[in-house]
Amino acid sequence: MPPQIFPTAFDALFDVFDGAVILVGGFGHVGHPHNLVRALRDRGVKNLTIVANNIGLGDSLDLLAETGQIKKFIGSFPVRASRERMTHFERLYREGLAEVEITPQGTMVERIRAAGAGIAAFYTPVGVGTIVETGKEKRVFNGREYILETALPGDFALIKAYKADKLGNLTYRRTARNFNPIMATAARVTIAEVEEVVEPGELDPEAVVTPGIYVDRLVICPRDYHDPAIFQTWD
Amino acid sequence: MTQLSSRPGISRELMAVRAARELRPGMYVNLGIGLPTLVSNFIEPGIILQSENGMLGYGPLAEGPERDPDLINAGGQYVTMLPGACFFQSADSFAMIRGGHIDVCILGGLQVSEKGDLANWIVPERGIGSIGGAMDLVTGAKRVIVLMEHRDRQGRPKILKECTYPLTGRRVVSLVITDLAVIDVTPDGMVLREVAPGWTPEEVQAVTEPRLIVPPDCQEMNF
Repeated sequence: MPPQIFPTAFDALFDVFDGAVILVGGFGHVGHPHNLVRALRDRGVKNLTIVANNIGLGDSLDLLAETGQIKKFIGSFPVRASRERMTHFERLYREGLAEVEITPQGTMVERIRAAGAGIAAFYTPVGVGTIVETGKEKRVFNGREYILETALPGDFALIKAYKADKLGNLTYRRTARNFNPIMATAARVTIAEVEEVVEPGELDPEAVVTPGIYVDRLVICPRDYHDPAIFQTWD
Repeated sequence: MTQLSSRPGISRELMAVRAARELRPGMYVNLGIGLPTLVSNFIEPGIILQSENGMLGYGPLAEGPERDPDLINAGGQYVTMLPGACFFQSADSFAMIRGGHIDVCILGGLQVSEKGDLANWIVPERGIGSIGGAMDLVTGAKRVIVLMEHRDRQGRPKILKECTYPLTGRRVVSLVITDLAVIDVTPDGMVLREVAPGWTPEEVQAVTEPRLIVPPDCQEMNF
């Protein structure tokens, strides 16, 4: 079914629920669905498991830690290198109010890819000999050790794309692609925040990165490209 | 010893210059967050930089109006695109890394062991750290170079017989470049290839925990 287009990010999250597992795209601030994350905060849902690359200083996901809505973070950057200021999430973690499942970045995205592609689990060499292998099955193939990692699906995927057509086909801009196309495949409900929605046929079919079959909802959130200052870099 | 623990070595820029000499045109190279990002200022044309957030072929850092809000490297710095650059999603990026397609990665380090173990993602006293793409990179890159200060802020050696911090990878490091030395990790042990100007091999040994093999052709770094 073609995606439903919602007037606001808040409306697009009408059925988000307490305890949901939510995949959130973006690398740093780039390709991150800021409007959907703010709407998630405004929805007030609690005990969320957030799967994302980073939750650092100034990241909009840290807003959900400020309000105590996050129960668990699964990702590769639960903190940033800065020692001076603690994030809301690090405070929650230190107070025992939130858990962290730290994962190598490539393992995280492969687990999400597996979930979207009908693969239950896979063996990877990444993390062998480190704390990442703790509690996981190990197996030797061709003389090399591997650990078993399982698929990581979400109830919702919140993603950011550049343009969509009304069939949900998505294009991305530059490094804003990152985790978004994979996360789009791996949730029961995929919601894309996009800058423009065009008629079918207006996107070059060769340029489509996320096929519309993966996209359930769209919300248009324009942004001003002439002011990069509104996007902070990392520390 | 006390004096050696705080005597300065070469600057961060010269460390980056030295690391850049390990790279050759045609190589695909990933530079880690922190000190290794400086290396991009000193590389020869024709070296193709991969960034794990999904790009091949980024150029120098972008300044002022040329900054594009959608164009960063994995260190979060705004970068430029070189002709022939391309973009891809994260699963492809890590397939590239894990699958052995990256020739060299240069990473920062907290500790390196005699056998080439690397610890660079968590200081245990802090209780929480970030792995990022480091474990994927040390597992998949054909050659791993660590670029780090030789001593920690307290002047203690960072090159140890065994790492005491949680590991990023076991037996993964090929070469260590510091402000004091260039050290090869070999099956026979650590071989001191170069020392910083003004430092003797004995002085470098005094701030290094494992025994260093000093070959006859060990030389002073040349800039």
